[in-house]
Amino acid sequence: MGKKIGVFVCHCGTNISATVDVEKVAEEAKKKYPGVSYATTYKYMCSDPGQKLLREKIEEEGLTGVVVAACSPKMHERTFRNAAVKTGLNPYQVEVSNIREQCSWVHHDKALGTEKSIDLVRMMTEKARKDRSLDSIKVPVTKRALVIGGGIAGIQAALDIADGGIEVILVEKDASIGGHMAQLSETFPTLDCSQCILTPRMVEVAQHENIKLYTWSEIESVGGYIGNFDVKIRKKARSVDLDLCTGCSSCWQVCPSKKIKSDFEMNLGNRTAIYIPFPQAIPSKPVIDREHCLLFRDARKKGIPPAESKVCRKCYDVCPIAPVKAIDYSHEDEIVEEKVGAIVVATGYQELKNNLYGEYGKGKYADVITGLQFERLASASGPTEGLIKRPSDGKEPEIVVFIQCVGSRDPAKGCSYCSKTCCMYTAKHTMLYKHKVHHGHAFVFYIDIRCGGKNYEEFSLRAIEEEGATYLRGRVSRIYKKGDKLIVLGADTLTGSQVEIEADMVVLASAMKAQDDAEDVARKLSIQYDKDRFFSELHPKLRPVESSNAGIFLAGACQGPKDIPETVAQASGAASKVQALLSSDELEREPVVARVDRLPPPLFSTCIGCFYCQRVCPYGAIEQEDIKARDGSVIKTVARVNVGLCQGCGLCAATCRSKSVELEGFNDEQVFAEINSVEFN
Amino acid sequence: MKIGYYPGCAITRGSSSEEYGMSVMKVSQVVGPVIEEIPDWNCCGASSAHATNHKLSTALSVRNLSLAEKYEYKEILAPCPMCSQRLIISQKDVQDDEALRKEVEDAIEMPCGSSVKVSNYLEIIKNYCMDEIAQKIKKSAKGLKVACYYGCLLVRPPKVLKFDDPEDPQSMDEIVKAIGAQPVDWEFKTNCCGGGFTLSRTDVVVKLTNDILEGAVEAGADAIAVACPMCHANLDMRQKKIEKEYKRKFNIPIVYISELIGLSLGLGSIGLGLDKHFVDTKSVVNAYS
Amino acid sequence: MKIKINLSERSSDFAKEVEKRSGIKVKECYQCGKCTAGCPVAYEMDYMPNQIIRLVQIGARREALTSRTIWLCASCITCSTRCPKEVKIAELMDVLREMALEENLANPLEKNITAFHESFLNSVKKHGRISEVWMLNEYKMKRPKTALQDLVVAPQMIGKGKLSFLPHNIKGKDAISRIFKKCKPK
Repeated sequence: MGKKIGVFVCHCGTNISATVDVEKVAEEAKKKYPGVSYATTYKYMCSDPGQKLLREKIEEEGLTGVVVAACSPKMHERTFRNAAVKTGLNPYQVEVSNIREQCSWVHHDKALGTEKSIDLVRMMTEKARKDRSLDSIKVPVTKRALVIGGGIAGIQAALDIADGGIEVILVEKDASIGGHMAQLSETFPTLDCSQCILTPRMVEVAQHENIKLYTWSEIESVGGYIGNFDVKIRKKARSVDLDLCTGCSSCWQVCPSKKIKSDFEMNLGNRTAIYIPFPQAIPSKPVIDREHCLLFRDARKKGIPPAESKVCRKCYDVCPIAPVKAIDYSHEDEIVEEKVGAIVVATGYQELKNNLYGEYGKGKYADVITGLQFERLASASGPTEGLIKRPSDGKEPEIVVFIQCVGSRDPAKGCSYCSKTCCMYTAKHTMLYKHKVHHGHAFVFYIDIRCGGKNYEEFSLRAIEEEGATYLRGRVSRIYKKGDKLIVLGADTLTGSQVEIEADMVVLASAMKAQDDAEDVARKLSIQYDKDRFFSELHPKLRPVESSNAGIFLAGACQGPKDIPETVAQASGAASKVQALLSSDELEREPVVARVDRLPPPLFSTCIGCFYCQRVCPYGAIEQEDIKARDGSVIKTVARVNVGLCQGCGLCAATCRSKSVELEGFNDEQVFAEINSVEFN
Repeated sequence: MKIGYYPGCAITRGSSSEEYGMSVMKVSQVVGPVIEEIPDWNCCGASSAHATNHKLSTALSVRNLSLAEKYEYKEILAPCPMCSQRLIISQKDVQDDEALRKEVEDAIEMPCGSSVKVSNYLEIIKNYCMDEIAQKIKKSAKGLKVACYYGCLLVRPPKVLKFDDPEDPQSMDEIVKAIGAQPVDWEFKTNCCGGGFTLSRTDVVVKLTNDILEGAVEAGADAIAVACPMCHANLDMRQKKIEKEYKRKFNIPIVYISELIGLSLGLGSIGLGLDKHFVDTKSVVNAYS
Repeated sequence: MKIKINLSERSSDFAKEVEKRSGIKVKECYQCGKCTAGCPVAYEMDYMPNQIIRLVQIGARREALTSRTIWLCASCITCSTRCPKEVKIAELMDVLREMALEENLANPLEKNITAFHESFLNSVKKHGRISEVWMLNEYKMKRPKTALQDLVVAPQMIGKGKLSFLPHNIKGKDAISRIFKKCKPK
C-alpha cells in the first residue's frame, strides 16, 4: 500500500525563508515527489499553531508519513514526533529535513539555497516512504546517583539529589571535600567568608543519610548506560582506617616530616606526611602521603613491604585506638563497584600554573604569586593567619600590582577564552589588601573590566571609588627584580603611556583551566569536551547541564570557567535533571538500535560469527549467542545486540561483512533510497 | 663535514668588529668545525633594507643562501645575529609566499636557496664543539663572573628562529659554564641595546645600554659576553659616552663569547683581537690562568 | 586630533591595504597595550605602538604614516614576541615605513634615521657590501650636525685597524645593482 506523506516546510521566521523559497519547496514536493499527498508551509512549525496544523492535517488528509523541513532534528525532532503521536501516528513515521543549519544558515544565494532545500526534502520523503513503525524500548532504572567531585558543585548537587530521597555516591579524589572554595578567603560580591558558608554544607554531606562519601578515591571505569551505569571506584590506599580513626590529631602532631609543601596552601605553607589538608576537612581524618612519608620512602628504597620498615612508626605508636590501631601501613588500593542510574560530573578546574609566562619570571620570583596564593595569604586560616606578608621575606608589601588576564584571552599562550571570574576576584583582592594594609597601594592592570552579574558592577566600582585601587588599562609586558623590588613594566593606553611600577608584590589573576586529567575522565565517561578540554554541554542554550552521553550531567567549572553562584545554580540544575530522570521506574529509549538478523532454520541468521562488530562497538553492546540444536549442541555462534546498551551509532552495521546487522530507522533500504533520490548533474 | 661561513660586513677583516671574526676563525681551527667562506657573499641589507624595502631585503639575503646552495653547503654559520636573523626570516618568507619567491628569483637570477640551514655562533658551538672544548680546555677563569647578553636578534622572533627561550635564554650561559667561568643570573639578557641606532639616534642607544650595563654590574658581573657586533659596539665603543652622560664609571669589559672560548683554549689574546676593544680587556685576559 | 569618517574617504581601506600587503592581521589587535608596555623606545615616540595599530585599524592613514614612531622602532621584536594575539607589530612598522617612503610622508624630524638607511643601502648598492668609512662619510655629509658625536671614536677605530679605507667590491656587484633595480619601490 502506498504511503500518504505530508510535507511541512517551516519559514523559521526569516531564518529559513530569507535564503530559501519555502513556497517553491512545498510546491515542488507536492507536484513531483512520489507519495506526497499534501504539502504546505508555516511561519513557525514548532509553535503551538504549527503543531496544531501538523496534527490537523495528519487527521484530515489521512497522512501515514510526515516530513517536516525545518531546523536540525537535534532541536525539534522530538517536538514533531510528540505532536504526531497525539493523532495516533507512530512517531518514527515522522522525519525532519534540516534546511536551516545545513542550508539556509550556510548559504547566501536564494536560488541555490532553494534548489538544495528541494533536494534535501526529496531525500527525506524517500526515506519516509520506507519508514517502519517502531516501538520504544523500555529499560529499568537504578534509583541511585553518582556525583564525581566534592567541590562546591559536587556538594550542592549531592545534597539536592539526596534531599529528594535518592541515594548518592559522592567521589572525591582528594583527602577532603571542599575543593577550591575551601581555599578562598572572602567571596564576591558580598565579602562573606568562604569557609563560613561552605563548611556547614560539607558537614551536611558527611551527616546526610542518603550520601555515601568516598574521599581519596577516583573513578576507575564507567560502563552501562542511562538508568543503569556500572561504576568502578578506586579507593586509594589511605593507610588510615576511616571507621576506627576518631580524628584525634595525635598522629599528625608527632609526624617528623613537617616541611612538605601543602597543596591546599598553594605551596605557601607546610604540612606533615600524615595530614588532613585543612582543619575543617571532611572527613576530619588523615591520610598518609606515601611519597614523602619516611617509612614508605625507606620501604621503597629497600624494596620491602612498608609494614616491615622500622624507620619511623611514630604515628602508629601514638595512635590511641585499641586494640586495633587506626593506622595501617599495609593498606592497598581497593576497587569497589556501584550501580547508579545517573551521574553528575563536577570535577572542577585548576588554576593556571605559574610557569607559563617567561616575561613574568616563569615562577622564579617568590613575590609574584597567583590569585589562589593571594586567597591563602588573605585567609584567616592561611599560613600567615590572614596577614598580608610577601612570601620572600615576610615583609608587608606597600605596593601591590595585580595583573588581570594572565593566561586568559591570550591565544599566544594557548588560552583564548575569558576566565570570567578574574575581574571580580581581583577587585576583591584589592579590597582585602586595602582592608588589611591601610596605607598600601593597589594597582590593577586590566584590558577590559567584565563584571556582568547581580551587584557585580557595583562591587568593582567600589574597589575603585571607595577602596582606592588604581586601575590602569593595559597589559604588563615584563616583571623583573631590582634589589628587593619587582619592577613592573606596563602601559596605560588611556593616557597613551608606559607605566613602570616599583612593586613589593605582584598578584597574577591566573586563568581557570581544565583539569590535567579532563581528557581521561571524558574518555571514561564517553562524554565530549571542547578545544580547551572543558566538558561540552549538549546544547549551549537549551541543554546546558546535560553532557553528550545520556544520563550524565555537568556541574560547575569542569564545563567552563564559572564563579560560585553560577556553579551552585548549575549544580542544582543538574540535580533536578537527575531527580526527574530517576523519578520513573522505567526509561523509554529510542528504538534506534542495531539488530542482528534471525532467520528460520537451517540458516538461523546470516551472521557468520566473525565478531568484527564486537570489536568496533564503543558501547560493548554486542554479545555472543549460541544457537543450539534440541540436544543442546551448539550449531553456530552469532552476534546479538543488547538493546539496552546500544546507542544506535551504526558502526556495527557498517562493519558487518555479511550484511546481517541493520540499524533500525536507518536501514540500508532507507539510506540508499535517500541517496538515489538526488539527481546528480 | 664543512660548514659555509657568512661573516657579514661588520665582522669581516678591516671592519668595526673584526675581532669577532678573528676569534671565531681561531677557535674553529682548534675545536672545529671546518668553516669556509662562501665565495662572493653580499651584505644582507640589515635593518636598513628590511625597514624600508621588504623585497630588497629578502632578495639581498636570499642571494647568499642561493650561493651557499650553489657551493653545496648544507649548513652555514652567520656569527652576526643581524645576518643570521635576516637570512632565516628571508628564507621563511620566500617559502611562505610564492609570489615573493618568484620576484626574488627574478631579481637574484638564481633559484631561492631554501634548504640550507642557517646557524648562529652559539648553535654551532653547542652542536659541534662542546666535547672538543671539554677535551682541549687549557685555562679556566674560576670566579670570573660573566653576564651573558644575547640581545634581540638571536632569540626574536622565537617562532621563526626557534633557537632559545626569548625571555631567559641559556645557551651562552652553558658555554660560559663549560669554559670554567661563572655566568650570573641577571635580568637584561634579551633587552634591546638600540641596535642600528648607534649613528642615527645615539641618544637612544646611550639610554638603553646604560640600563644594560647597570643591570650587569648590579648582578655582580666582571664582564659582559656577547655574540653580536652591534651589541658589542654599543656597549663597548659607546661605554665612555654612556659614562659621561650618566656621570658614572662602569669600566666593564665587553667580550665576544668566541674570545672567551679562545682564552680558555690557551690562544693568545692579540690573535683573538682582545686588544681591539675600547674598554680594556686585561682583567678578563688575566683571569685566565 | 579628530578623525573624520565618511563614505567618500573610505578610510577603512587603509587597514585592508596594510593587511593585504603584509599578511599581518591588524584587525586582531584588541588594544591590550602589551607592545607599548615592553617597547624600549616608546619613551621617545609620538604615538605608542598600540596607538599606531589603532590608527591603522580606524583608517587614519596620514597620522600613521607621518608618525615618528615608525622610524623610532628599533625592530627588537619584543612586541611581536609577547603579543597575546600574535600580531606582528614590529613587522607592521616595516610595512608602514615602506609605505611612508613611497608616499613621501616620512617624518622630517627623524631624518637622521632615514638618511642612515639611505647611506647604508647606497653603499651596498655600490659595492655589494658595506664599506663603513664611505657609508659613514655619506651619512655625515647628509647629516652634518651628527658629525661631531663620532669624532672621538672614529680616529680610535682607525688606530685599531677597524676602519678600512678601501671599499671591498664583490665580484657580483653588477648582480647586486640589478637586484636594487628590480626591487625598486613603485
